[in-house]
Amino acid sequence: MYRYDQYDQQIVDARVEEFRDQVKRRIAGHMTEDQFKPLRLKNGLYLQLHAYMLRIAIPYGTLNPAQVRMLAHVARTYDRGYAHFTTRQNMQFHWIKLEQVPDILADFAKVQLHAIQTSGESIRNISADQYAGAAADEIADPRPWAELLRQVTTFHPEFSYLPRKFKFAFTAAPGDRAAIRWHDVGLRLVRNDAGEDGFEVYAGGGMGRTPFIAELIRAFCPADRLFSYCQAILRVWNRHARRDNIHKQRMKILVHDLGVEEFTRQVEEEFAHIATLGNDPPRAEFDRIAAYFAPPPFETGLSDEIDRSDPDFALWVDRQTAAHKAPGYAIANISLKAIGGIGGDITADQMDVVADLAERYSFGETRVTHAQNVVLPHVRKADLYAVWQALVAAGLADVNLDLVTDIIACPGLDYCSLANARSIPVAQKIARRFADLERQQDLGELKIKISGCINACGHHHAGHIGILGVDRKGTENYQLLLGGSGAEDTTLAKITGPGFDEDGVVDAVEKAIETYRGLRTDGERFLDTYRRVGMEPFKEAIYG
Amino acid sequence: MKLLTGNDLKTGAVTWWTGRDWSIHIEDAVDVGEEGDAIGSAEEGARRVNGPVVIDAEATADGPRPAHIKHRIRALGPTVRPDLTLKPADPQAGNWVI
Ligand code: SF4
Repeated sequence: MYRYDQYDQQIVDARVEEFRDQVKRRIAGHMTEDQFKPLRLKNGLYLQLHAYMLRIAIPYGTLNPAQVRMLAHVARTYDRGYAHFTTRQNMQFHWIKLEQVPDILADFAKVQLHAIQTSGESIRNISADQYAGAAADEIADPRPWAELLRQVTTFHPEFSYLPRKFKFAFTAAPGDRAAIRWHDVGLRLVRNDAGEDGFEVYAGGGMGRTPFIAELIRAFCPADRLFSYCQAILRVWNRHARRDNIHKQRMKILVHDLGVEEFTRQVEEEFAHIATLGNDPPRAEFDRIAAYFAPPPFETGLSDEIDRSDPDFALWVDRQTAAHKAPGYAIANISLKAIGGIGGDITADQMDVVADLAERYSFGETRVTHAQNVVLPHVRKADLYAVWQALVAAGLADVNLDLVTDIIACPGLDYCSLANARSIPVAQKIARRFADLERQQDLGELKIKISGCINACGHHHAGHIGILGVDRKGTENYQLLLGGSGAEDTTLAKITGPGFDEDGVVDAVEKAIETYRGLRTDGERFLDTYRRVGMEPFKEAIYG
Repeated sequence: MKLLTGNDLKTGAVTWWTGRDWSIHIEDAVDVGEEGDAIGSAEEGARRVNGPVVIDAEATADGPRPAHIKHRIRALGPTVRPDLTLKPADPQAGNWVI
């Protein structure tokens, strides 16, 4: 992973001291909340229902053990012993005191973590496939390109006061684990027939009030022109964006209003113009960054055999591990979706366990997933049993990756000041109802995603089954959606019909799932059956 | 009844106007009638509260109960973490929210 040089460290340290002064002035009354709010947001500090909330950026979801331990330290020392991984691979602390934030940020700066660009009208933390650098199906690790883009754009004046927030996601695999088409710009690393690397560029995606799936605007952008192509996209958006209307500021609205062809034409025109300016960083700069992402020294000659004599371990291996590019290694997924627990929450003690395991068994690497789980990307197959035993002891060995209880849920009305309804209790009730592992395995891949309001942090538009919390005259109500996907077969979920109360929506989910069970053909996932038969049979079962 | 609420500037904790001061316990909150906005502005100016807002509530035998679930959750704490609410020892506390 990228390591700060002296300039990075100076910038981040100076930023902490600048914010320390701003906090001091706010508390002393030299600044009003209206003056202070944009400054605190630029440092990831929100005011939520019960306290201040601090969001820490985790570029590409990649963490080293020192960073994980620092997250644990902050959870223990300044918060209430736990924290929450978000759907953009970041971490949120929900019980933060304003007066302690400068010290917290100073602690984070010691391990090269910060809260820059976790809020406000900026290029937000760049996300990526959580298996990047490990996946058997990827062309190359896309993170060096993402890091190059991050370094060039951070604090760049052209991108500091954007019309609205802007999100990039990267992958280098045909299977999309990063939901790239749900981002303002989604980038897939591909290799052409001449063996050159480049990017498929998707633009104009996003969830929220007006969801759009990003469209392919360029099938191959040479990798070393990535920055200038992205700059062209941002310039076209900046030129036309409706800064006067909060509901129309995101780039997805512009792409839709202009039409993808006209948008693309303008981007290409701008790109041709930028080409004359020589804005792209030199190759040596990419090479410098890429060196930080060099693959770890994998052992060779390892066996791919796994001793599966312990049946519980065998279940975990089958569900929670994925194919690694290096023979004898596996990618291990750690579920943060214990039945009845709070998805994405992790205690300080569990973070320490993850840090220890990463250090001992995964070349010091941990990843956070957008589905709010954790990954040890490089585990020797021979070590999987030891890893699993440690996870069992820490309460982290649940077996449910991509199953019906691996639910994405935003913090909702339990924590979030924008929420209409609670998300977490709905997820908990669904998980309890489907707790039986055999039943889960029988249902196969089934992604439920729950948001507490239209902002869609819980990705309900992309759920095979989505749930959206709405406010109906002061009471919580839930809309049910079917047929969404955040994977390579991206689709937008559709609302089934009138909403439900909390228990009602759990029953409706079960009816939809039982309808699938009755209609599926061999090997069909819930999503496949829905796509084949359409909404009607599900509606009939739910409302009939 | 109408209550004045906000968050403590330094800690972010949810606070309720008691008639003289701010309390984290909604039981201490008083009906502010039509005075809420004026008190809120003055208190915000004095940096004793952040984001003051006047909300509707019902007077009950157990004290004020906000009309909207959002403010009931603010008053007690997250329903999914009873241990982190203001009444961790009361297993019935969550019923007050719902
Ligand atoms: S979707 Fe709404 S309720 Fe959920 S975290 Fe985002 S803003 Fe809050």
